[in-house]
Amino acid sequence: MAGFLVKRLWQSIILLIIVSMIGFGVLHLTPGGPLSQYALTPGMTQETMDRIAEQMGLNRPLPIQYLDWAWRLLQGDWGTSYRDQQPVLTVIGRHLFATMLLMVSSTVISIGLGTWIGIRGATHRYSTFDYTATVGAMIALSIPTFWFGLVGIYVFSLKLGWLPAGNMYTIGDGSVLDYLHHLILPSIVLALVNIAIWSRYMRTATLDVINQDFVKTARAKGVSERRVLMKHVVGNALLPMITLAGMQLPNLLSGALVTETVFTWPGMGRLFLDSLGYNDYPVVMGLLMFSAILVLLGNLIADLVAASIDPRIRLA
Amino acid sequence: MIAQGRISKNKAETAMSDSVLSVRNLTVDLPKGMERQHAVQDISFDLPRGEILCVIGESGSGKSVTANALMGLLPSLMHVSSGEILFQGQNLLKLEKTALRKLRGRVVSMIFQDPLSALNPLMTVGDQVMEVMAAHGEGTTETREKRALELLTEVGLPDPTLMLHQYPFRLSGGQRQRVMIAMALALEPDILIADEPTTALDVTTQAQILELIQKIQRKKGMSVLFITHDFGVVAEIADRVIVMEKGHMVEEGVADTVFTAPQHPYTKRLIAAVPRLRETDRPNASEYRDETDEPVLAVEKLNMVYRSGGGWFSRVREVKAVQDASFTLRRGRTLGVVGESGSGKTSLGRLLIKLLDSDSGQILYEGQDIASMRESDFRGLRPKIQMIFQDPFASLNPRSTIGHIVTVGPIAQGMKKADAKAKALTILEKVGLDSGAFGRYPHEFSGGQRQRVGIARALMFDPDVLVADEAVSALDVSIQAQILELLDKIQRETQVAMFFITHDLRVASQICDDLLVMQKGRIVEAGPPSQIFYDPQDPYTRELVAAIPGTDHILQQA
Repeated sequence: MAGFLVKRLWQSIILLIIVSMIGFGVLHLTPGGPLSQYALTPGMTQETMDRIAEQMGLNRPLPIQYLDWAWRLLQGDWGTSYRDQQPVLTVIGRHLFATMLLMVSSTVISIGLGTWIGIRGATHRYSTFDYTATVGAMIALSIPTFWFGLVGIYVFSLKLGWLPAGNMYTIGDGSVLDYLHHLILPSIVLALVNIAIWSRYMRTATLDVINQDFVKTARAKGVSERRVLMKHVVGNALLPMITLAGMQLPNLLSGALVTETVFTWPGMGRLFLDSLGYNDYPVVMGLLMFSAILVLLGNLIADLVAASIDPRIRLA
Repeated sequence: MIAQGRISKNKAETAMSDSVLSVRNLTVDLPKGMERQHAVQDISFDLPRGEILCVIGESGSGKSVTANALMGLLPSLMHVSSGEILFQGQNLLKLEKTALRKLRGRVVSMIFQDPLSALNPLMTVGDQVMEVMAAHGEGTTETREKRALELLTEVGLPDPTLMLHQYPFRLSGGQRQRVMIAMALALEPDILIADEPTTALDVTTQAQILELIQKIQRKKGMSVLFITHDFGVVAEIADRVIVMEKGHMVEEGVADTVFTAPQHPYTKRLIAAVPRLRETDRPNASEYRDETDEPVLAVEKLNMVYRSGGGWFSRVREVKAVQDASFTLRRGRTLGVVGESGSGKTSLGRLLIKLLDSDSGQILYEGQDIASMRESDFRGLRPKIQMIFQDPFASLNPRSTIGHIVTVGPIAQGMKKADAKAKALTILEKVGLDSGAFGRYPHEFSGGQRQRVGIARALMFDPDVLVADEAVSALDVSIQAQILELLDKIQRETQVAMFFITHDLRVASQICDDLLVMQKGRIVEAGPPSQIFYDPQDPYTRELVAAIPGTDHILQQA
């Protein structure tokens, strides 16, 4: 177990280094760069531009810039935002809560609903419910998230007026109920794709288990249908889903990016887009590293949970 | 067949008084579009109190369907269309779901064929045994645990206290089957239904489980309905026998009578097809004299070790799969390898065709050591050493035609397409398939026919050596006999040397000229079948031979 964690840590560090190098390289390939915002300032001369570049360290060769950035990061210095001159961690921290709120709630919805639809589809195979779920999943998978977002806003905010069209809270309110009211639409829209994916996988996993001998054994023992399903079938069907959940995290992050933009949700997704627009390298790199760590953590947790449930898995 | 049905019914009526369960005119429908309309048709029998009733038949005979119908556990696609299953005066088929559930596990228990998949992998053995009691609201948590411990002790599991908290994956197949039996006995049911409970087990384990079932049955006076395809098993434990063929009951009677004087032609055929231990060795198929002819393959001191784990931080685990194996394969002769699962016999076969690499030792083929050869150098020799696999369903690509399956190898080795096809047609005919098979797909064939395709595929190369890994183990006895006959015929015609891996000693005695007995990677005894079976020297060989079901019974003669 300890050996497993040490090995995982090494792998993660190597992965993070590779991710950061690719991210850093690609970022600096984009035309313009952080200086382009000053270029339009009236009275700006080339000399001033060069001086700013030197101050920011942007005139050095790329590998040096990277090593400088990496060295500071190791010391806990994530850099300072070009845009508002605040430490990167402070900037990310300000948006972290919003994204986490959105991700956690949409994950709860998608796992809960997706699992239920999947199990019911498997136990009532080829029923109206099953066909509806199948078609529904195909639609949710083939239509982009932002479209659902826009339609959601149009129907529930503009036409029916039930739900707010954007933002995380009403200025001047900020009660828990107000937050929840704002959360409903974006979290459901973000969850849609994952409900679709989750229900399909869950259906297959349940069908795999439902015909296994040990399920028949349970029935032969006189165990009630309900317990057969919950304990024997679902317990085993959820095993492959745990790994899947760990891998869904990157999807969720990129989905959040779109959803947050559509719903003007003040989360990391929007911060990322805005920072890209400003060529705010330190913030973009910070977000990149942050989400990479999140994904690695997600997979690690998935492996640990799977091992704790399945006695056959020995982490090594 | 109609006459038979009537006879059995008459018998049933006279035996009515002391039977625990009566099946009357039971018919179970198959889904539409299957080869026949009924899984079982109009069968009637009684399960006598305190006796073991064996239901025997080949695959598709409806024996398992019968067992599942009794439990109310038929697959959702199958329905009972008529008949009654009477228990204590009530018809189980008319019973409500909840009422039926209350009978399961308490009055009627069941154990299954594959102990590896019959236990929930995520629950401890103890929890699964206790679940039976909990499902029927018996006792408290403490008393249940005490009872579970008793049961695990009763079925002869080692260290029952530890076993209680063990997960199934840590147990061997035989141990898991013992857990299944413990579970089935938890509430002391009147009836135990055993659906091929020993088919997936090694002979020695099979003998132990049969003994256990028999012992418990006698002690508790239980009635056992025992489903099997193996007449050897029937000979070991049956009081009465029912023979089934294609959904019909063709014969019923006291076990001894059915053996000594089978009435129905199908029963006669089935008994005749059971592989027997030969008293004398197989008539020599080789045209060469042993002393003068060079061996085709000479194996010397071959070793192979499986290593697992061994990353940066974990210890390497070593399993010696093959240790110091030495033997020779001769033209026109069959060398058999017998042993339990895990004895290394399959690894040895794989070493011969270089699907596995050996760690040390030599395999001499035409004077060259192929064991040390690189894969690229060996590829030219590969056609000469061919393999026949165990599972006729998994070993043929379902998306390829038989023609493609048979010719793809030779064409890859440089044969012209037209030549390959011509040759394929002759060989298909040789293995007993008509030329129409060439363009058809594997799913259109039965297990036995597929195994013929597998043999044809191997023969396409005119091999010098055939490695057959459990080539007939997945087949019904009557088909088994046909395939063994075919292999014998082919060997006489082509003088191919065969390396025949099997766990079934009776099969081995049919086809082998010489035998190797393997245990834990070592060859513990070698010799002709007559010596191995009738004068075994090694204690392990003696144990194996003693475990063959039905040996000390009539089956040995005839």
